[in-house]
Amino acid sequence: MINAVGREIPEEILKITGKEPYQGAKAKDNYAFTRGAAKIRAVVDPGRSKMVASIREVLEKCGIQDGMTISFHHHFREGDYVVNMVMEEIHKMGIRDLTICATSLGKAHDPIVPMIEDGTVTSLRSSGVRGKIGEAISSGKLKNLAVMCSHGGRVRAVESGEVHIDIAFIGAPTADEYGNLRANGGKSNCGVLSYAVADAEYADRVVAITDTLVPFPNVPASISMTKVDYVVVVDEIGNPAKIATGAAKPTTDMRKLRMAEYCTQVVVNTPYFKNGFSYQTGVGGASIASTISLTKIMEERGIRMGFGVGGLTTPMCSLLEKDLVDVLVDTQDFDLGAIESIQKHPDRHIEITASEYANPFNKGAYVNKLDYVILAALEVDVNFNCNVVVGSDGVITGAQGGHPDTAAGAKCTIVIAPLLQGRIPAVCTSVTTVTTPGESVDVIVTDYGIAINPRRPDLMEALKDTKLPICTIQELRDQAYAIVGEPQPVRFGDKVVGIIEARDGSVMDVVRQVKEFSFED
Amino acid sequence: MSHPNKKRLRRSMMFLNCQKPGLIKDPYIYKPDSIMLDLEDAVAENQKDAARYSLFHALQEIDYHGVERVVRINGLDTPHWKEDIRVCVAGGADVIRIAKTERARDVHTVEEHVLAAEKEFGRPEGSTLLMAALESCRGVLNALEVCESSDRLIGIALSGGDYTKDLQTVITGTGVELMGARQQMIIAARAAGVQCWDTVFTNLDAMDVFEEEVRMIRRMGFDGKSLVNPRQIDIVHKIFTPTQKEIIFAEKVVKEIDEKKALGIGVFTVDGKMIDIAFYDGAKRTISLAKASGVYEGDL
Repeated sequence: MINAVGREIPEEILKITGKEPYQGAKAKDNYAFTRGAAKIRAVVDPGRSKMVASIREVLEKCGIQDGMTISFHHHFREGDYVVNMVMEEIHKMGIRDLTICATSLGKAHDPIVPMIEDGTVTSLRSSGVRGKIGEAISSGKLKNLAVMCSHGGRVRAVESGEVHIDIAFIGAPTADEYGNLRANGGKSNCGVLSYAVADAEYADRVVAITDTLVPFPNVPASISMTKVDYVVVVDEIGNPAKIATGAAKPTTDMRKLRMAEYCTQVVVNTPYFKNGFSYQTGVGGASIASTISLTKIMEERGIRMGFGVGGLTTPMCSLLEKDLVDVLVDTQDFDLGAIESIQKHPDRHIEITASEYANPFNKGAYVNKLDYVILAALEVDVNFNCNVVVGSDGVITGAQGGHPDTAAGAKCTIVIAPLLQGRIPAVCTSVTTVTTPGESVDVIVTDYGIAINPRRPDLMEALKDTKLPICTIQELRDQAYAIVGEPQPVRFGDKVVGIIEARDGSVMDVVRQVKEFSFED
Repeated sequence: MSHPNKKRLRRSMMFLNCQKPGLIKDPYIYKPDSIMLDLEDAVAENQKDAARYSLFHALQEIDYHGVERVVRINGLDTPHWKEDIRVCVAGGADVIRIAKTERARDVHTVEEHVLAAEKEFGRPEGSTLLMAALESCRGVLNALEVCESSDRLIGIALSGGDYTKDLQTVITGTGVELMGARQQMIIAARAAGVQCWDTVFTNLDAMDVFEEEVRMIRRMGFDGKSLVNPRQIDIVHKIFTPTQKEIIFAEKVVKEIDEKKALGIGVFTVDGKMIDIAFYDGAKRTISLAKASGVYEGDL
């Protein structure tokens, strides 16, 4: 069946997953359903301890068995030790056929690959995967389909009961013996625990893993003791150097600076740029540079931001330092500056849950109130569809993150991409895989020019008298192809190895097994 | 008749290493007036042929969107320059920059080989322009001779690194060591009616010092500057572009002189300043610089 972004979704896949093909960004507005629920074991006896001596013991206490779904969060990013620590113990126990439901997985989790190969892990749901797990999935080693979901889409799946988590493992920078968990303090400070909140609420069993036990009560808690079954203390839950580094030095690469300048000029010349506007941006060099150049213009014109949303980095937090924004709402901290900011400004830099951030199936999330979001993409096609998950070589190598959620919510979605990534054109006729639908994407900023989605004549009108190099998306593609040539399509096999789940749970696209490259005769 | 592009706008001339295809594929996105595709110092001695190969294909295949393509060839004391010239002309370079020029005869030597190459590759004779880099004390002292050496010659550029070595000093950042060369060269260039460009500024962490230097060379009369990084382009263009105030004043001067001349008045005041015919050419130059910089909206 062909879905609303023109992708063929095999009937077989719809049957296996019980899903519908994607029908449009707002197709599920007003959708009514009953929430999922956790099976709670009440702690009535005040004398009962939640402390457990080891991962092995806690797995036994939780009754781990074949076929269960277990969950993890990605606040420790590439510094995470929790996933591997838990999975190694499960592997030793000979448990099989598990589903990992992670908020995201990275290269730090390469050690999971042998467990995919031997059937310990047979299903996977994540915002994305990088490194060897991506290669393993793309080469067909995972028994069942991998589901790549957005941050909003994952929390939707958990809260709506589409995914039921048997055991949630929550790495916590600090915990008390009764399970009050905080992201601040400790050795593996990560600022917020936003992505773990739904897991704590909806999993049958909730295990906190910490390396810093603090006196009771550990407040204000990101996750309350009322949700936590057990607490395990280990030596290290992560590598602080990889969880958050110092603020990245602002880029001096003129190409990125130019794209940042174009992006800022788009922002300041559109009608939403006025006192009280809202804004979110990513962590790429050009995104950070555009926040810096936007800050200058806000100072010059005396325009304040109402709220900023993140994934936060130091330049967004310096808006708060300069009193150029009222409130920052935060689901993830990408550098030490952001972590310091949430500790320093508890009244104006606020931790929010993944559901508050981006869930399409609650009664309204922050993304719906965004004026601007600045995003990146691996590929953009002439229909403005974006791909942020599958590399141009066909291998899964990225994460949806909040890309489709913020794009769907924001009034003006700007995607920054250098026109050429080495020899690969970023603007092309048809993306390898659709992860964010073109109907949600308004402006593409490249180093060669800027294209506005024809669905947005209002933005075209607003920008027509600027000196910006505005052209059509086809012209951008043609320029790219004129320089590096039109790439041959990636050769995929027939086997579907994963799906790109739209944020509303429908199927945006499928990912097929890659075929070994061979030269044609 | 001299070449139509001989006096075009050349505020920014950005060096790019021909050994790196990634650099030369699209520098036009930064909108410099000219790029200088380097076959000389940036290219390793054993990579000269590879760089020429990249250069030829870049000149042939890439649409530089109106950015002038200058090629810096190797010095006349090397085994490379003759082949460099053949490749430049075959590829269709706009200008050849002659390294280490000391005398008019250096320009004549290059000119002969350029003419031969134009005949060999069927390019219109005289279509390839030349510029000369002065890199030694002798070259600077012979600036006028070099400036008047050829109808193809668009101007002279100071090469500060080699020049200060010859002068037995170093680049200090104050400009004091370059003062004499800069003055001598701009005077010679103006006397001969050609253009003149200042040397590169290589400390990319000192953008404020760079900006000050650009202001100074503009005041001295230079047409532009050689650049090493695209971050320097916008700063040069900003400083070399006349301000709206300067443009409005220049417009008044031109219009008033034209009117007053008809009435038989020679000297008068504009905005409180005494003006006579001596201001006419300067005001005209401001207008044409404003036009060339794309900021002129008037009707002169």
